[in-house]
This record gives sequence, structure tokens and C-alpha cells, in this order.
Amino acid sequence: MPVIEVGSLEKSYGDLKAVDGISFSVEKGEVFSLLGPNGAGKTTTIEVLEGLRERSGGEVRVLGLDPWKNGDEVHRNIGVIPQGFKFLDYPTPKEAIEYYATLFGKKVDAEELLRRVILEEAEGRYFMHLSGGQKQKLGMALSLVNDPQLVFLDEPTTGLDPQARRAVWEVIRKLRSEGRTVLLTTHYLEEAEELADKVAIMDHGKIVAMGTVDEIISQHGQGENMNVRGGKDLVGYLKENTKLHVDFDGNTLVTIHLRDKNDALVALGAIQESGANWGDLAVKRESLEDIFLSLVGTEGATGGT
Amino acid sequence: MFSFSRMFADLKVFGKGFVRSRVGLFFTLIFPIILILLFGAIFQGGNSGPVTIYVQNQDSGPAGQAFIAALNGTSALRVTAVPVDQNFTQYLSSHSSSDGVVIPAGFTNAYVADKAVNVTVYGNPASTTSAIVSGITSEIVNAFNLHGATGVHQVGVASRTAASKSFQYIDFLVPGLIGFSALTSPMFALVNITSAYKRDKIFKQLSLTPLTKTEWLVSKILWYTMMTTVSFVLMSATGIFLFGAHITYSWGIAMFLVVGPLLFVSLGMLVGTVSTSPESAAVVGNLITFPMMFLSGTFFPVSSMPAYLQNIAHVLPLFYMIDGLSNVMIYGNYGPALVDVGVLLVISLVTFALAVRFFRWRED
Repeated sequence: MPVIEVGSLEKSYGDLKAVDGISFSVEKGEVFSLLGPNGAGKTTTIEVLEGLRERSGGEVRVLGLDPWKNGDEVHRNIGVIPQGFKFLDYPTPKEAIEYYATLFGKKVDAEELLRRVILEEAEGRYFMHLSGGQKQKLGMALSLVNDPQLVFLDEPTTGLDPQARRAVWEVIRKLRSEGRTVLLTTHYLEEAEELADKVAIMDHGKIVAMGTVDEIISQHGQGENMNVRGGKDLVGYLKENTKLHVDFDGNTLVTIHLRDKNDALVALGAIQESGANWGDLAVKRESLEDIFLSLVGTEGATGGT
Repeated sequence: MFSFSRMFADLKVFGKGFVRSRVGLFFTLIFPIILILLFGAIFQGGNSGPVTIYVQNQDSGPAGQAFIAALNGTSALRVTAVPVDQNFTQYLSSHSSSDGVVIPAGFTNAYVADKAVNVTVYGNPASTTSAIVSGITSEIVNAFNLHGATGVHQVGVASRTAASKSFQYIDFLVPGLIGFSALTSPMFALVNITSAYKRDKIFKQLSLTPLTKTEWLVSKILWYTMMTTVSFVLMSATGIFLFGAHITYSWGIAMFLVVGPLLFVSLGMLVGTVSTSPESAAVVGNLITFPMMFLSGTFFPVSSMPAYLQNIAHVLPLFYMIDGLSNVMIYGNYGPALVDVGVLLVISLVTFALAVRFFRWRED
């Protein structure tokens, strides 16, 4: 049974459809990432799943339960870091963990938990004096106090410097290795690429692509590109003598879209035959970023808000 | 299900934060004492020796003389005689004073004949000197009555203003300021906390734990009950030891130290929770707090205010707090104090219920 099941979920605020009929499911032990620009509906989706918001339509099951109706039971079994995690000013990390432990009625080794989120160096300092990354890691520690099997991380690295971001990533990898299911929202592509088993790209309340990173690239990408340094004469020769798709940046970069392996051989032969000056040949696969920009970029151009 | 262990865990974290931030500690414990010191000193007249009192003796017999001698006999008063042909009120105002005693014509005759007669005391209720004058006059009147032929109360004190009792300004001030601090410190804190927690999504965060909003609110009420109690002890001790306030400690006071925070924590939370931002919450909080602070008898007795303001005062919860505290601490009037507690309790429970009702962990 999937840990999270979402079917045709809708959430409107007045006329605005923040989430517009999305469906996906998350299996046990998976890191599932909702990727999308700001305002795509990621946080609304995650808050509906956490039982913090009531949905307007569709079906949602978290750990087999309706998170809005069975909020208390769901909350006991999930861990959550809301976007822009903030906490009371004055507890130290250890006190905060002990506070949560009592609230959940759990026995927790606070120091061990701090080590697990790599925060032991910050112990003894008040929350308000922690750095952004340390605050975020304390948020993670708090979300783990009840030993949840499912953890929601809403943009856990937004606003952090690269070093702090990598530290948070390390914690997320640990969560995965412990067999926990993680739902992660982010607008950083590399974060989804680094961490996620499965990615759903959201834009304007809809899922525009979903699958593993490889699947998304092969479904939505145009395969591989051959980049060659060359001039107008090369481009002219290729266009005249082959059926290849050729782009030219007007300067020295010639891009040949490879639909299949044969295209590559044809391209190499044609380059050789052209007699033109060429060099720096490289074959590159389209990245998630290329696809993200082509999917979300065009959607964004036609969309309203 | 209400859980004490969760409530106490919240109380512990909140209390530690309160003590560590120091701001709350200052406004809850130190600031009210500064107010007592300030107002106590202002109205004490700086201990500048005996109070000058103007006395017009319209009586020609020995009893009138004896009364003046008695006034003179206290080191606290310096008696200045006013000629009988002067208009007494005009004489007082031309000498920039409001403290005076008029012994009526025929005082001796009435006293000897055991007939009721009044000595008139002039005074200003907001002035400590007036309180001293009326206090001493009352004592002398009592002595006269005891030494009279029958021991029956023939001599009375007729007062020309409301403050006829022998209480000092500090006696009004201490319960007033205790009520004041029981209002302001939880009210301002909760308005601020509630709206800031909402902004920072801390409530949302807490809603994901088993902590309930009732537990959260009860923990704040408990904390401010403790703070109000400590503040009460510090303030009343300052009043007694530095200014000689006449305060009676009794268990009746405890009722107010519990019901006050219950009311004002709930009220602060209600204001914070219905406001959309910390800024608007602060404005609404001030709109409620400031009129209440000045019209409920904190700095001046409500009875010295014009009738229409007194009517307003009677709908302000703080009035019942201060009135009740005064009844218990100064007058020992438990009957009226119970009425005050009853009124407060009803308002508190309604406010508490509204606060819990309108306060939402989650959004839709």
C-alpha cells in the first residue's frame, strides 16, 4: 500500500485554483520530490497532506487515513518541517527536543537526535541565535522526535548557503537510509536530482511531468545533443547534405539534435566530409534543468499569475 | 483529553523563555514597582514635615478649643486659625490649600447636651495630605465620642467631598497598580505572542503535535497567575514598607490573583487571534487596554470621577478587579468583593470560551 495516495486533488481559494486536480502516489521508503517554481501549489499540496488545510475536492490518503478528518492520528505518525521553519526564541536545541518529546509522550535521547541531524555543535545556544542552517536542522530534529515513518520537508534548504544546504541533504539521505518515506518540496533542481527517487514537476497547480529523473528526461527531453565548435560553412554543409536538426548560435557553437544512434554516425561522417574547421566535439544528454525550463518556462509564459 | 504533562512541558518552555528574554520580567515585576515608587513619592508630598491645616472655630465654648488643641497635639498637623468672619472656602483657595476643618457654632453646647453635631472636613481625595487630615480628624472625633457623657456617638464628621475615610492615597494606589499590572503584563504579552506565533507559523507547528490549544492557553494562564502573585507580593511589600500603606493580607486576595490572569490572558489571546497582523493586534490591544487602565481606578478612585465616566468604569472588567482588591485589601468588605469576583469570573469564562473558540491552530 502506498504511504501517500493523492487522486484528483483540488484546492481553491475563492476563484484561484492553487491545486488543480493532481494525482500521485508515494511508496514506502521513497524520497518523492514536488518540484516547481514559487506559487506552483507545492506548499498547498503538502499542507493538505499534513492535515493543515482542508481540500476542496479529490481524494487524499496519508498512511491510509484522511489527514483532515483523522488529523490527530496522522500527526502522531508524521514529521513536518513547514516552509521557513521558525520556533520559540529561547529554548536551546536540547530543550526544544525535550519539549516535543513530552508533547508526544516519547522517550527521546536528545543528544543522540542532535547528532543525527549534525547539530551537536549548536547545543546550549538559544534558537534565536542559531544560524539559518542550524535552525533548519533543529526543525528536522523536532520532526523526528515522534520517530515518524513519513517526513514532510517543505523547501528545507530555501535561503541557506551552499554549505548548509549540503548538510541538510546529508540528513535527508540519512532519513532515506533509515527507511523513512520523505516528501520533499523544492524549487532547486539540483536538490531534486540529488535526493529524489521520484520527481513531480508542478506548475500552476498541475503536475506537468512525473517519474524518476531519467524517465522525465527521456519522456520530455529530445534525447542527446552533439555540440561542435564550427562556423557558418559547417552549418551550411550539414543542412544541405543531411536531414539532421541543426542549430547555430550565430557564433561558433553548432548543436546537432540526435534522435537515435544513426544520427550520431551520420553527423560525424558529415562533419568529416564538410572539410570545414571544427573542434571540441561533445555529446550531452539534456538535463532536468533543460526540461524544467522548457516545461515550466512555456507554461509560465502563457499562465496568469 | 487535557494532559497535565503536556501543559506543564509547555509551561516550562514558556517560563524559561519569559525569564531569559528579561523584557517580560521587567514589565511584569519591576515596572509596577517603579510605578508605586513614582506615584507614592509624588503624592506623599516628599515627607515635608507637618501638614498645614486651616481651622475655623465658630464655636465659643471649651469643646471647640479642646478639639483644636487635639489637632495641634498631633505632630502631623500644623494648625492655622481662620478668623470667623472669613468665608472658609474662599480662604482655603486663596491660600492654595484644600485641607481644612470647620468647627460649627454651638459645638460645645451640642456636645455637652449629647446632641449630634458635625465637624466639617475639607479635602481633596487625590491628595495625601487630605487623607492625613481626614484620618486624624476622624480619630479625634472618635476620642471625643468616647469621652462624652454617654459614650454615644454624638460628634460626627461631615465631609465636603467624597474622600471622607482615613485612607491614604497609597492605600488606593497599591490595589490599583496591582490590578493594573494584572491587566497589562498578560494582555500585552498575549496579544503580541498570539499574533507573532500566527505570523511565524508556530501555532501551525504546534498543531502538528498532540498539544491542544486549551493546554496551551491554560499554561499561559498558570504562568501569569504565578507572575501576578509574585508581582502582588513585591508591590504590596513596597507599599507597606516604604509608604506605610494599610493593607490587610487575606485569602480573599488569592481569588483575584487567579481570576485576573484568567481574564486578561484570554482577552489578550482573543485580540491576538482575531487580528490579522501583529501590528493591528497591537493597536486593538492598546485600544482596549489604555482606557481600561485610566478609567478603572488605577491612579484615581473611581468615585472621584464624574458620573458619566463612573458609568463607563462599571462596564470595564479592570474596575471589578481593582474594586475587589480594594474591598479585600483596604476595607475588608468581603461581601462586595465576592460580587466583584463573581462579575470577573463570568466575564473570564466567556472570554476564555471565546478565545478557545476563535483561536485556530489550523487554517482551511
